[in-house]
Amino acid sequence: MNLDLTEEQEMLRTSARDFLTKECPKALVRKLEEDNKGFSPDMWRKMADLGWMGLVLPEKYGGQGMGFMDLIILLQEMGRNIVPGPFFCTVVLGSLPILNAGSEEQKNEFLPKIAKGELIMTLAFTEPSARYDAAGVHTKAETHGDTFVINGTKLFVENAHIANYIICATRTRKGDAPEDGITLFIVDAKSQGIKCEVMPTIGADKLCEVVFDNVKVPKKNMLGKLHGGWHILSKALEQATIAKCAEMVGGEEAAMEMTLAYVKERVQYGKPIGSFQVIQHYCANMWMNVETSRDILYKAAWSVAEGLPTSDTEVAVAKGWINEAYKFVTERALQCHGAIGTTRDHDIGLYYRRAKSGELAFGDTDFYKEVVAQKLGL
Amino acid sequence: MDFKFTAQQEAFRQEVREFLRKELGPDWKGGKTQEMFSPEFSRKLGKKGWIGIGWPKEYGGGGRPHMDQLIFGEEMLYGRAPAAAHILAQNMVGPTLINVGSEEHKKKFLPMILSGEVVFCLAYTEPQAGSDLASLQTNAVADGDYFRLNGQKTFISFAGEAHYGWIGVRTDPNAPKKHRGISIFIIDMKTPGVTTRELHTMFDHTLYEVFFDDAKVHKSCVVGQLNQGWYYITQALDHERVFMAATIAGYQRIFDEIVEYAKVTKRNGIPLSKDPVIQQKLTEMAIELHVGRLLGYRLAWLLEKGIVPFSEASISKVFTSELEKRLGNLGMQVLGLYGQLQQGTPRYAPYDGYLEWEYRFSPMQAVGGGANEIQRIIIAIAGLGLPR
Repeated sequence: MNLDLTEEQEMLRTSARDFLTKECPKALVRKLEEDNKGFSPDMWRKMADLGWMGLVLPEKYGGQGMGFMDLIILLQEMGRNIVPGPFFCTVVLGSLPILNAGSEEQKNEFLPKIAKGELIMTLAFTEPSARYDAAGVHTKAETHGDTFVINGTKLFVENAHIANYIICATRTRKGDAPEDGITLFIVDAKSQGIKCEVMPTIGADKLCEVVFDNVKVPKKNMLGKLHGGWHILSKALEQATIAKCAEMVGGEEAAMEMTLAYVKERVQYGKPIGSFQVIQHYCANMWMNVETSRDILYKAAWSVAEGLPTSDTEVAVAKGWINEAYKFVTERALQCHGAIGTTRDHDIGLYYRRAKSGELAFGDTDFYKEVVAQKLGL
Repeated sequence: MDFKFTAQQEAFRQEVREFLRKELGPDWKGGKTQEMFSPEFSRKLGKKGWIGIGWPKEYGGGGRPHMDQLIFGEEMLYGRAPAAAHILAQNMVGPTLINVGSEEHKKKFLPMILSGEVVFCLAYTEPQAGSDLASLQTNAVADGDYFRLNGQKTFISFAGEAHYGWIGVRTDPNAPKKHRGISIFIIDMKTPGVTTRELHTMFDHTLYEVFFDDAKVHKSCVVGQLNQGWYYITQALDHERVFMAATIAGYQRIFDEIVEYAKVTKRNGIPLSKDPVIQQKLTEMAIELHVGRLLGYRLAWLLEKGIVPFSEASISKVFTSELEKRLGNLGMQVLGLYGQLQQGTPRYAPYDGYLEWEYRFSPMQAVGGGANEIQRIIIAIAGLGLPR
């Protein structure tokens, strides 16, 4: 057993923290919440220069050749800072499925550009049925010679409004099981028939409705095999879930630190409120949530990185736990801050809202409890 | 990062598991606190060389690293091994003597602890000194080569069975700070002037009051240096902490039994495990246990690196003790009406009333060993740097 970060991970963490502290102040986060695009092209380019977009991509595709655990460390830092923009959907939802399942040609076409920060990617999976399982995929793709034609509506698609390519999960046949008959396509977002609308959300995180109306995709843009997309998608979702957990744990840490700083400084009755036992107990409870979240994040991410057969259980436990922990920590953080914390100008509210959107992404707590129940054989 | 145990560690786990199965029998289900007190089992464990597996080899211990101790503790707890007769001596008395004890104390006590032949009781708490332990009043006054002890201890486990008492007493009533006037004594429980009285708990465990009425003990009974007792009490907790890291394993056993019961027991024609409300409760607990176990691993890992996990130990204590109460409640909820049936009820009591007992026992951990309210303050002040 070794529960320490590697030296490289420590360095990555430090450099990410330094960079984001300087380049991504909360004032910018707030500004970009209101911005149509929702990201800063300038920061995006700098992140690409640091090699972040290609962090886990092999060197032959222009990447850094680092591992999934390293990406987790980076995402934790990004979650700490609530970095706005399409990093998550480009790298986690876009590049990883192509790396895992793409043809050599597709890898060569997309991965080097992603690594350079030249492409924004996203994944269109969920639909108005709002479920994270195979049975929720109704959007159809029908074959017409060498092209497929996609029809349907995708919902909660991250940053589709600025994406260059959308990996779209479609149903190509009705099999015995819902998992059978799903096919993935890498769709050029400028294709005729795509309509995209940003929805205002609690996390101001640019989730979109994307309507596919007779959208033509060449067969060569199929990711993986015909009807065999679920296998790719489920792995992508597992990676995305624990990657989301990393962002959330980073957010927990930030909310905790802001609260500690505040209760040490805020004076009432002639004393810092952090000297009152009730506040100390709140903080202890918050800290227990942060510590446990971190441990389960690393354990689950490690299981995914190692490709262990238990990784699905680990990820379910992690998301189930971290969902609740992030909400708990930010709610207590608000309480400790008092009225000032509820204002738009204060940073705590940013985290409070993100805790909720984080919970909803890739399966809420009830969803993962169900997974755990199945694993227990109930 | 790597969460795997080594092949040797897995083999050790297997060895412990098999030993326990052989010694306790495949049907051993453990028991209440009193049944977990077995000098016979402690002697067997001593003979196997598995008392003090973490003590340094030069003192007759196993010299095993913390991760091995964690594994050992997990198997002992999951197997409900009756270790109560030696656990305190192993975790508290021995390690403190190794650190600060006289040669005489080491020679006399360490071998008998390792062989499982001696029972110690730990007597700190007093009627007026619970959470505020440093205000304890039992006093020892020098009288030539002897001390005379007067005062009262309370809530002491196994004081009636113990050969020796490990006692915190005030030796300098004029010390500028109350923490500086405390010493630790080892006393023979048969010393004239030392008497005990039973206190019966709602979880069927007999605790004791211990009275000191001018009890005369030789000055050689002082552990380490005079007036350094508070330091010893608070510092020598490593072995206690690694044992704490394993705590969840015992709860996992209870949980596994609850799950098994839910799978095989039908209510209204369907297995309890298919009832959505029961399922919800079971999965919540499964997640908590999973997370709690990792807290223990983190604790053991820090110890292995030579870091004193001060606030981490408090986190672990609070988390596991509160989990235990929820677990006790969960068991009762799953059992429904049958939950109230006690050990010995013919035919009807599931697990012979074990979960009924667990429900009564489960509040204990959050109260004992430093109340959780105090632990949270330790976390806040020592761990998070909040002002006093």
